[in-house]
Amino acid sequence: MYVELKNINKNYGNFKASRDVNIGIEKGKLVALLGPSGSGKTTILRMIAGLETPDSGDIIIDGKRVNDVPASKRGIGFVFQSYALFRYMTVYDNIAFGLEVEKVPKKEIKKRVTELIELIGLTGMEKRYPNQLSGGQRQRVAFARALAPNPTLLLLDEPFAAIDAKVRHELRSWLKEMIHKVGITSIFVTHDQDEAVEVADEIIVTNRGRIEQMGSPIEIYKKPETPFVATFIGEAVEVENYHKLRGFEKGDYKGAIIRPEFVEAFKSDNVKFKNIIDYSEEGIIEDISFRGNCLELVLDVNGIKLTTRRSLERRPIHIGEKMRVVVYRLYAYDEEKSYLLENAELKGKEVVTL
Amino acid sequence: MKTIHREESKAVKITLIAISVVFLVLMLVLPLLSVIVNSLKEGVKFYVQSLTTEYVRSALKVTFIATFWAVVVNTFFGIAASWLLTKFSFKGKQILATLIDIPFSISPVIAGLAFLMTFGRLGWASGIINKINEFLGTDIKIVFALPGVVLATIFVTFPFVSRELIPVLNAEGKEEEEAAALMGMKGFAIFRKITFPHIRWALLYGVILCTARALGEFGAVNAVSKTRGKTFTLPLEIDALYLSGSADSTTAAFAASSILVIIAVIVLILRNIMEYKAKNK
Repeated sequence: MYVELKNINKNYGNFKASRDVNIGIEKGKLVALLGPSGSGKTTILRMIAGLETPDSGDIIIDGKRVNDVPASKRGIGFVFQSYALFRYMTVYDNIAFGLEVEKVPKKEIKKRVTELIELIGLTGMEKRYPNQLSGGQRQRVAFARALAPNPTLLLLDEPFAAIDAKVRHELRSWLKEMIHKVGITSIFVTHDQDEAVEVADEIIVTNRGRIEQMGSPIEIYKKPETPFVATFIGEAVEVENYHKLRGFEKGDYKGAIIRPEFVEAFKSDNVKFKNIIDYSEEGIIEDISFRGNCLELVLDVNGIKLTTRRSLERRPIHIGEKMRVVVYRLYAYDEEKSYLLENAELKGKEVVTL
Repeated sequence: MKTIHREESKAVKITLIAISVVFLVLMLVLPLLSVIVNSLKEGVKFYVQSLTTEYVRSALKVTFIATFWAVVVNTFFGIAASWLLTKFSFKGKQILATLIDIPFSISPVIAGLAFLMTFGRLGWASGIINKINEFLGTDIKIVFALPGVVLATIFVTFPFVSRELIPVLNAEGKEEEEAAALMGMKGFAIFRKITFPHIRWALLYGVILCTARALGEFGAVNAVSKTRGKTFTLPLEIDALYLSGSADSTTAAFAASSILVIIAVIVLILRNIMEYKAKNK
């Protein structure tokens, strides 16, 4: 493990920002700290950086306990949420800043900064000031500035929060590519699950100062371990009487979470679904809303409201129409854990869906 | 409906402008003009003469000394206090911030009296000063002497610089400083290279306000300064000239006042330049 946090606790007055946080991050990985605001993700990042001190516990970077090592000696590059570019300095001076503080010879600084400006694709803009750059360009400069002193660990606080939606998408893939190209261990904080899933090799989900789950995006998505992760990731509809659905029996659970992609709704004459029509039940369309690339349906199945998506290419439907509905799986949960339940009637059957 | 609304708001606007202009002319412009006019009533020669009497020259000197020290001390104090209040968190921060504002809310006379009761013959600090004087063989006096005037002026003007700096520093946030610190820059260098460029104009503005206030201070200084021609500042001298009652001395009082009015106008102009610069950077 390259970065390790052991039993970290941190309080701000009565507010518990971190409770028994234990995480380990492998060298070279790009990791997302994902959670709602106030869940303690930024606190974790700032403690690793040395901008905050934990009340108890150990922070270990590269095998060394760094709790008492000042921020500037931890070999960390930090990209701030609002970039914090020095507004009275040019792009060049911003990137050169860390090297100048370290008293690197001018010639080397020039070489390194030129190289980085080329890497971020802003050649020719060296003399501009931050307020003459677009949001995306500023972020690139912040990235280059953080990388200039050759840190061994890169920390990014909500790196895409200040950028508008369209550029954000572009920058996500850019940043991912850059980080893999440079090969630096990186941790970024985000509240946006799409961002975490798209960019990160590994996701750490935080909630109310605790670590809920760590794993690859697929694991987090497919096997949520706690009710919080099950609701936070993906789109979730909570259902209490899930055992009223066909194929599911009542267990010792508090309720269940059903994502739209777990629900199939089709017309009774649809031959493509003839394999599963025998295991389906009736659902009445209660609401249809246009989602741009698909329709979102709300169905009433035995008094339970289920949400599903429908391709725009399929046959038209209308409110009040009776559909056949199959729920493939759901996440049942109790107080602490979340469990994947498959539709019992479909087990062992070959289910072909499109 | 819309046009009626617009006309209404236009009428409101014109009325408000008229009220403000009339009010300002009556309360501010005319009185200040009358100061200038009155000061020149006896001719330019008399004007110059009344500004070069021994008393007035002494008063000008005392005023400038007090203002100089007030500005120097309060600039340092103001920077330190506003930096502390915006970049650090600690217990009692709010109390400290409130304490700094006290000179705004307290009558300057009370400040002057407080100094009198502290450093005067009956004050608790006078014994200490006597001891120091005995030990060093000096004859330092605080009240009814120049140091008292300087201290009173400092007291009255100390919130000005920090009041200007705190909002600017707050708006700027801590991130740039944190970024510099993360890259290994040390405290004072961070202030010089990162913080200072932000607060340049606000600082200058605060200094100008502080200067203007220090030049015009009356109440606090009045309590600790009793010797005309020695520890009187310009406002005190003006008061003395005016109270002495003869027609000549009244005109001389206006002449001395005109200096303060002229300085005030210069300060206003500078202030506008500062604001313009601060906005356009």
